[in-house]
Parts: sequence; C-alpha cells; structure tokens
Amino acid sequence: MFKRILALTIKEFIAILKNRKSRMVLILPPVAQIIVFGYAATFDLNHVGLGIYNEDPGIASRDIIARFDGSRTFRIVEYISDDTQIAPLINLQKAIAVLHFHRNFSKDLNSGRPADLQVILDGRNSNTALIALNYIQTIVSDFNRKWALEKQGVATPARLKVRSWFNRMLDSHWFIIPGIVALLTIVVTLEVTALSVAKEREAGTFDQLLVTPMTPFEILVGKSLPGLIIGTLEGTFIILVTVFWFDIPLRGNLLALYIGLFTFLLSAIGIGLMISSISVTQQQGLMGAFMFLVPAVVLSGFATPIANMPPLVQKLTLLNPMRYFLIIVRSVFLQGASFGLLWTQYVPMTLIGVISLAIAGSLFRKRLY
Amino acid sequence: MRLRGLIRKEAFQIVRDPSAIGIAFLLPVILLLIFGYGVSLDAEHVPVGLVIEKQGPAISQFVSGFYHSEYFEPIIYPSIQKAERALMDREVVGIVWTRSNFERTVLSTSDAPIGVIVNGVDANQARIIEGYIMGVWMNWLGQYARSKGMELNIPVVIKHRIWFNSAVRSRNFLVPGLIAVIMTLIGGMLTSMVVAREWERGTMEALLVTPVRKREIILGKTIPYFLLGMGGMAISVAMAIWIFHVPFRGSFWALSLSSALFMLTAIGLGLIISVTAGSQFVAGQIAIVITFLPAFMLSGFVFDIGSMPLAIQAITHIVAARYFVSILQTLFLAGDVWPIFTVNCLWLAGMALFFFIVIKRRFQKRLQ
Repeated sequence: MFKRILALTIKEFIAILKNRKSRMVLILPPVAQIIVFGYAATFDLNHVGLGIYNEDPGIASRDIIARFDGSRTFRIVEYISDDTQIAPLINLQKAIAVLHFHRNFSKDLNSGRPADLQVILDGRNSNTALIALNYIQTIVSDFNRKWALEKQGVATPARLKVRSWFNRMLDSHWFIIPGIVALLTIVVTLEVTALSVAKEREAGTFDQLLVTPMTPFEILVGKSLPGLIIGTLEGTFIILVTVFWFDIPLRGNLLALYIGLFTFLLSAIGIGLMISSISVTQQQGLMGAFMFLVPAVVLSGFATPIANMPPLVQKLTLLNPMRYFLIIVRSVFLQGASFGLLWTQYVPMTLIGVISLAIAGSLFRKRLY
Repeated sequence: MRLRGLIRKEAFQIVRDPSAIGIAFLLPVILLLIFGYGVSLDAEHVPVGLVIEKQGPAISQFVSGFYHSEYFEPIIYPSIQKAERALMDREVVGIVWTRSNFERTVLSTSDAPIGVIVNGVDANQARIIEGYIMGVWMNWLGQYARSKGMELNIPVVIKHRIWFNSAVRSRNFLVPGLIAVIMTLIGGMLTSMVVAREWERGTMEALLVTPVRKREIILGKTIPYFLLGMGGMAISVAMAIWIFHVPFRGSFWALSLSSALFMLTAIGLGLIISVTAGSQFVAGQIAIVITFLPAFMLSGFVFDIGSMPLAIQAITHIVAARYFVSILQTLFLAGDVWPIFTVNCLWLAGMALFFFIVIKRRFQKRLQ
C-alpha cells in the first residue's frame, strides 16, 4: 500500500514540477507577493495629502498647522486662499482633507470662545477618511490640552489614558502580514490541488488510475501529499519572511502555529480536491477554485472584520477554514497564544478537512455527469 | 466572414459548456451578494468591557453614554483582572476602567484618569474603536459641564464634513471596488484557458491549415468573451445601484467607456496567460496566482495606495484594476471628474493596447 501511494505521490510531483513554467508559478509569485503585499497592506496613513485654507492672521492657527506639518501622517500639499479652490483639491484626490481656519480663529481662541476648525474630507474611501479624521482629532486634542493648561489653567475633569495591547503602536502591518501567511498558503494549495483530478479526467488518465489496484483512499492520499508538502514548505518560507524580514513578533508557541498550518492545509487540500473531482473540465476546476478562493479570502476577516458582517454571513464564515487559521496565526504571533486558547480553531478545520476529503474520495468513482 | 465563423464556433462552445456562462453571469451575482452584504468596515455593537470600581453620579453619567451609543455593547466586569481575561479570550475588544477614587478626583483636583485598553491585534478596528470611545468621553465632558452649570470650554472644536459619502457607509466604496476585482477575475477566468485548450486538443492545428489569419483568431477569441464580460458588468452595476443603493453620480456613457476599456485589459491578460502557458493546467495555475490577489491587494480597493511606500506605489501601476477602482469610486460617489477619468482611461487604453500587441507577438501560427 505504501509503495503504491509513494509511486503516485512521486508521479504527482513530477506532473507538477516537470514543467518549467509550472515550477516558476509555484515558487516565484509567493516570494514576490509576500514582499510586495507586506509593504502594501496597511490601513495606516502615511504622508497623505492635506490642504490648508488659512484665513486667520493669528498665531494659533500657525501653531496647529506646524503640528500637522511635523506629523508622519500628513504632507501639506497646497495652501489655498479661496473657497473655490477646495473642490478641485479634493475632487482630484490631491488632498484627502482640507483644514479651514476662518478669519476669527485666533481671536475666538484668545477670548475664550470655542474656535471652529472646519475639516473637509474626501469620503470616496470612507475608511481612509475616518482614519484621517481620527488622526486630525488626536492632533487637535493634544493642542487643546496644552492650550487649556497654559492659557486657561484648567484641565478637563477626566481624561482618557489609552493603551493598546499586543500592538502598542497600532501598526496595522502587524495585523495584515501574519494574515498573508494564510492568504498565500491557501492560494498555493489550491493551485496544486484544484486542477489535479480534472486534468487527468480530461486526459483520460484518471480512468486508467481507477482500474489499477489502488483504492480510492490510496489515490486520495497520493493526491494530497504534494499539496501538503509544498504547502508546508511555502508556509514555512512565508513565516520566516514575516519574522525575519518584516520583524513581526512571534510571541507564541511554534508548534501551536504548525498544528494550525497542518489542519489548515488539510482542509484547503480537501476542498481543492473536492472541487477538482466534481469538475469535468479544467475550466470548471478553475471556476470552482475561484468560487471558493475569493469568498474564502474576502469573508475570512483578513481585511474586514467578521464581527461587522450581518449574522447570516457570520454563520456562513463558520464553513471557511481560513477564518480559523487567521485567528490562529494572529493569536500565536501577537497574543502569544498556546494550545489552550486554540483548540476551538483546530477542531472545525479538521472537521472541514476530513469531510471534504471523504467527499472527494467518494467522487473519484462516481461522476456527477 | 471568416471572423464571423470563428465567433459562431466560440459561441457554440460557450453555450455548450455551462461554466463560461456561469462565470460571466452567475459568479458576479453570487460574489456581489455575499460581499455586498458581508464586507463592511463599520463597527457596530462592539463588545466593550466596563470596570467600575466605585459607583457615583459622574460615573453613571459617563457610562450611560456607552449604553446609548449604537457602536457599543457594554458588558460590566467586577474587576480589571476579569476584564483583561475577557480581552485575552476575544470576548471584548476594549476595556474602559475607572478606579475607586475617580469620583473624588473629578470633584476636587480634576484630570482624573480613565483607563482604556484596546485589543491592538486588529489595529485598524482598534483605532476606530478608540475614536468611538473618545466620542463618548467628549459628549460626557459637555454633559458634565452643563450639569454643573458651567460652560464647557473646548479651545478648538472640529466641525467635519465628509464629502461624497456623508453617512460614511463603507459599502459605498467597497461595492464599486469589488466590481473591479470581480471583473478582473471574470476576464481572466473566461479567456485564460481558451487558446491553451485548442492547442491541447489539437484543434488549433486544424485551424492553422485554414486561410484564417492570426488577427482573426485573436479577435474571434476576444469578441464573444468581451460581450459576455460586459453583460456581467452590466448586472454588477445594476446590483450596486438597486440592491446595495450605492449612489451613482456620474454619467452612464463614461461608465460604459471605462468598463469596455477595463474589460479589454482583463481579457487581454487572460489571453496572454493562455498563449504563454502552453497547457490548460499551467494556464489555470497562473490565473489563480496573478489575477485575484494583485487586484485585491494592490488596486486601492481596501488598502489606500497613497499610503504605500513609493516603490510599491510604482508596482501598483501594472495592476489594471487600480485604474478601474479609481474610476468606479469616482463615478459612483463623486460624479464625472474629468481629469481623473481621462488619466485612468488613458492608462487602461495603453495597457489594453500593450496586452494585445504582446498576444499577437507571442501567438504562434506555426508548429514547433
């Protein structure tokens, strides 16, 4: 039995690796993508454009502008002097926000009246707009605090002392890059498995395989092993890049992470083979792969939180293996989690894996049409 | 005439294998439905832990702000240790903590600290939640001052207006972005296998002995899938407007022109994969790797391109979806902003032209 499985595994590896283009597709894109996406994927704003419309002759507005000029978040792109110049600045996406200090800004401030600061934001990407507004609020409230203490000698009755756990600087790279481990692993696994049965079906070699003494179980194992081995190797590579290139802290137990990777690969391979054995042509296999991959990524909590989804969609995500693995990578990397917190994630992934592999195996002999 | 024959043959093939029609019409509907409802960056009913070491009038006034806000789902914990445990277990995403001497400090010296701990694993959400907590606090400051008969003195008050999306619905920008991502996939899926398939089955050799020219074969492969893709595009736009109620402020001819250009780049990319790969298997692999993830990560659909490092910003220029996301978000939310429209359309047209030149170059009308 082991000899037969070994023989099939070797044949699968040859099928995947003999073609130079196929080899390159397996190796080059994940390497390039972890680097490019690692830098690209951030929700933090960096030197985004800011327009200043200052009608105030006083000194206070200049103090505030200096604070914006000195921040890493904003880059002042233009000083304007007219109402009509606001629209082009925002519409053409030169500035994400325009700060408008009106004529009496300093005067109001000095005489103790609240001084209005008008902020106009580009809401085309409303998330970016909200984040920018948050940064602006923080800068202004720092100014307020200093002003109140210096000029009025009073402080507010209470103040917030904010700390954030696990990611003190709230660097969103720390959130996204461990997620890319899951993202690239699932893509590579599907690449290896989703077309592998369909290809043989189309060529007719799968029928030949079925008349050999191999049992469906043996075929299943032989078809799964390449995905498991390639997935583990590439997953390891991406984890190494995450730790040593991007300096994301790996605080938890490495074994806990690898058990997660193993169960995740199992479920992804199961689904990949299931898609492949349902499909009659490779074109259908490709469509099936995307039909699974795209929702799996978008509804995994990778970029947008699951908690924000409507209850029905949240229930749907329980079927998504990537959802569980993302929790595992992020908890192990940032929270330093160990097995105790994670078994609720291992179990569903294992279940998904076992069930989908069983379905794939039973579809080997029966065709849908 | 010959071209018409090729198109007819391709059309028969499309009709007979249901997967192509499924890709063009069913896929956008299903994906948009799932994503349009599922994808949102607006946090609501966030579970937040409250630890109140000693009750008092100022505190209950402060805490009631959390109960009245639609953003929060407050849970009371008896001690900070229990609350921290809950934060570890992801039961709450933030903790607000007032100590036993809070009330006294507020009354006497003021400047009493309110401890806030947020789970920073999801940094973006953490920052948004911080902003919400700040809002509750600011509200309370005003209330507190009024209840004491004082005027609240905030030196600088921010009055903000968010243009184009004043209700800050993240769906309004995510849905147009999703259309661009989905259309990238559909273009790639439809065409990435069509040339490789003919070589594999040997029908390409049969085609080569006919007087058909290279240009005609390429056009014959482009036109049917282009029409299919545009059909899918029309369905997606209709869904965005009528199901997801994303406002559409631009003009339809601008939308049609830019969609056509974008569809040409998406199909062009699929055909490049198809003529380069040699076999359907490799073509499928390439399509999985290079269509979805770049469009998802580098198009500006969720991650703001302006905040990426300059080298990465330069790389995003080879992702066609980037231009289309920009066009769609502008057309939907801001209207016809001609400079943005023209620049992005020129890029798309340039890319489409480049792709088809590459296809013509790489397409061999000869046997090895």
